[in-house]
Amino acid sequence: MLGFGADRLRADMNRLLALLFHQGVLDEQFLQLQQLQDETSPNFVSEVVTIYFRESEKLLTNLRELLSDRDFSDYKKMGIHLNHFMGSSSSIGAKRVKNVCVAFRAASEQNNRLGCFRALELLEHEYCYLKNKLHEFLQMEQQRIMGAGARYPIQN
Amino acid sequence: MEGFNHSGIVETDQELHVLAVDDSLVDRKVIERLLKISSCKVTVVDSGRRALQYLGLDGDKNSVGFNGLKVNLIITDYWMPGMTGYELLKKIKESSTFKEIPVVIMSSENVLPRINRCLEEGAEEFIVKPVKLSDVKRLKDYIMREEIEVEDINQRKGSSTSQGALKRKLDETHHDNENENDDDDILFSSAPSSPLSTLSSSPLNSPSRRLKTSEDDDDYSD
Repeated sequence: MLGFGADRLRADMNRLLALLFHQGVLDEQFLQLQQLQDETSPNFVSEVVTIYFRESEKLLTNLRELLSDRDFSDYKKMGIHLNHFMGSSSSIGAKRVKNVCVAFRAASEQNNRLGCFRALELLEHEYCYLKNKLHEFLQMEQQRIMGAGARYPIQN
Repeated sequence: MEGFNHSGIVETDQELHVLAVDDSLVDRKVIERLLKISSCKVTVVDSGRRALQYLGLDGDKNSVGFNGLKVNLIITDYWMPGMTGYELLKKIKESSTFKEIPVVIMSSENVLPRINRCLEEGAEEFIVKPVKLSDVKRLKDYIMREEIEVEDINQRKGSSTSQGALKRKLDETHHDNENENDDDDILFSSAPSSPLSTLSSSPLNSPSRRLKTSEDDDDYSD
């Protein structure tokens, strides 16, 4: 019976969210995003998160390229990327990623190259974890929607 | 203005038109949705330059000026490449056409010197990101009230008294809400200028979450 599957999915989704909240990976801003989703914008969360993934990966690539350069000294540029990353992370409720950005930026302000390397590794790790979990969440959401009679357009 | 609601709820036949400025695509998407869900018309641009272009303020001699829908509120990110939100704020306040439009600055950090600078330059409010629905609602209520007061003044020059009645209803509604929501009182006094001047001295446990005082200096030079 579809109903049973949908309930189970919802329970799993809630459990996943609860875990992510407990771990401090997400904060209440993510709930705010969910509140912005309705019949007029039924894939809002998925759309925003997808944009966030795309932008974040570009930022991480830029950061790694900057730091890999032996003659690197453009900490200001690094700060700009980090500000951007901090902002978008806080906009979707990605609390831990945002906090690592804050520490990363502190290291860059002190021109601490080694500190920056460490922060970048941590950032990549946190981002990777967040991405996997959000991906899981969105897949369950998609299944739930489809199970509900494909009322919503299927998102590729 | 026709057909106002007798239950005391403010209804206008106009939606607020908000110009939102942010270089981050994620943030643009979120702010657009926040505004739309709050029944505002939204124009979103990705830079201060484009905002000025939209308003016809970019100094282009071929520009015919502003032909679009009247803008009731400008909400802009602080940190943007090219032109910061602060610089955009200054340009708007320097313009005779647009200086009356309320400008709200958003930033992911609550740096007190930065906040003060923006408020001194005439920003209506400084919001620490992430922006929430409650922020938008509060802004909207405030702007609507201001708009209606302006219309009220204009109408009174005519012979119509309906506008005055609407404003009185508005005041009643406001007073009813006063006890429930102290935020409104702190942030939006009836004085038209800088309603936030009282806020910077508010106690640390003030209901406003925006101005948790920070000892950090503004490290970034403009």
